[in-house]
Amino acid sequence: MELYSLSIHEAADLLARREVSSRQLTEAVLDRIRQVEDRVKAYVTVTEELALKQAEEADKRIAAGNAAPLTGVPAAIKDVICTKGVPTTCGSRMLKNFLPPYQAHVTERLLDAGLVMVGKANMDEYAMGSSTENSAFYPTRNPWDLERVPGGSSGGSAAAVAADECIYALGSDTGGSIRQPASLCGVVGFKPTYGRISRFGLVAFASSLDQIGPLTKDVTDCALVMNVIAGHDRRDSTSAPLEVPDYTQSLIPDLKGIRIGVPQEYFVEGMDDQVRASIEAAVNKMEELGAEVDWQVSLPSTGYALACYYIIAPSEAMANLARYDGVKYGYSNMRGDSMWRNLELTRQHGFGEEVKRRIMLGTYALSAGYYDAYYLKALKVRTLIRREFDAAFEKCDALVTAVAPTPAFKIGEKTADPLQMYLSDVCTIPVNIAGLPAISVPCGLADASPEPGRGGLPVGVHIMAKPFDEPTILRVAYAYEQATEWHKARPKL
Amino acid sequence: MAITREEVQHVAMLFRMSLSEEEIAKFQQQLSQIIDYFQILQELDTEGVPPTSNPLPLQNVMRDDEPRPSFPTDDILANAPRSERGFFRVRAVLE
Repeated sequence: MELYSLSIHEAADLLARREVSSRQLTEAVLDRIRQVEDRVKAYVTVTEELALKQAEEADKRIAAGNAAPLTGVPAAIKDVICTKGVPTTCGSRMLKNFLPPYQAHVTERLLDAGLVMVGKANMDEYAMGSSTENSAFYPTRNPWDLERVPGGSSGGSAAAVAADECIYALGSDTGGSIRQPASLCGVVGFKPTYGRISRFGLVAFASSLDQIGPLTKDVTDCALVMNVIAGHDRRDSTSAPLEVPDYTQSLIPDLKGIRIGVPQEYFVEGMDDQVRASIEAAVNKMEELGAEVDWQVSLPSTGYALACYYIIAPSEAMANLARYDGVKYGYSNMRGDSMWRNLELTRQHGFGEEVKRRIMLGTYALSAGYYDAYYLKALKVRTLIRREFDAAFEKCDALVTAVAPTPAFKIGEKTADPLQMYLSDVCTIPVNIAGLPAISVPCGLADASPEPGRGGLPVGVHIMAKPFDEPTILRVAYAYEQATEWHKARPKL
Repeated sequence: MAITREEVQHVAMLFRMSLSEEEIAKFQQQLSQIIDYFQILQELDTEGVPPTSNPLPLQNVMRDDEPRPSFPTDDILANAPRSERGFFRVRAVLE
């Protein structure tokens, strides 16, 4: 087995036993990046020098006997998370040369744990997109089929994990941006409860929906990363002042006493037959493992979540993106004849098409005469969606659905039709609206083509629970994963 | 079309963002389609339903107002497109 293909827990064992050094592990991952990155394009920036320096520090720490589980293990950080002195572009021309003067909370936590950062992962500009085609630099490709998208917006993070260009990654999820690419790339992707992880230093998209989370090779690794990054931070007033459990305690291989619900509305029109079959098989497996399954759960407002989201998220985004003025930081267009004209030109040329589209939607929804009909209405629908989840969680410990209605689609397939692209997040969006935690775990491989030996395209199963019940999600995910082989499948690159 | 060309231009100017002719035409068509789609929310009865602006039950998170160091001016100005003597430099606001 190559060193770059290790999971965190496998790498940590070898590091603890001094069978490999962090330097060797890091060099193996950097070699792997050199080998496949031309084809995958998972990174905006590869931080080789920094990674080798951090690996050296990690080796000293391991030698001194005070290593933590993540110490010396190479990681990718989505380029929406601030890394002091390392470019943080947000996939945008606007921030192409931005060097954050501070660390994000999660970066600080990982550094304390002995981070080795190999690079900043590519993404849809400002995390707006479902395919990573909206990156201002280049699209990332799906390691399972280079003609297909990796999903988005954390497509670089998911592709880097799937292609073994890092051992784990961080992403962010506003409407599915961790879970959908995890599903399409065949890795584990976890969006924790809103408030579980500080958003300090996460470049803001939609502040009531954004949440940081891990993308990993298995569920055990997910628990290990959560143990480091979860918890209260006074610099984010929406981070929850709650105790953080040891998530590795949730890694229990049976589901006795767990009540699972399958909401019917999530089997949406147009869902791929192979995806549907994979989800049904996953639920059957969970039943075999001891779970009680209710196949008839109903969340009637599900079909309204997408419209609700595409009012709320752009409205919040518009307010957040108003800070880009070409004066304080970022791209600046000074060809105008006045300060106002420069501001208008800076935004026209600094933002890409999807970002402008959402700014326009948000500005429209909040403008005089439309506020009540769109924005306020959406906030009320948000209450209805949350209430339905609350009622469902009175009877169920977890809800299980598909993550994405189809496996990875072709590059360019949906770029001309924004609404079709938005529909690829139809199963993940309600979770953000309600602020719930949810995970994507590999549960199948759909046939990509009749050609044998292509390895197929990954499918992920979506497990949700009530707010702050990450332990139940990890338990269901872990028990399912341990009883199946899907997480061991790797793309042939 | 749910929105007119003039509305597209008006909304862009509310945000102080200029658009090319091509973008105006494209956005008029696409935003109309998306805004039409939003009409499905009118099917739901939300009479008496309170709005949710944030999923957490937190309100008015307060902290003590204690002085503490902020960022050094030079660190902040390092990212500024133009600065002068410790300030951001912009074009004259008043004619």
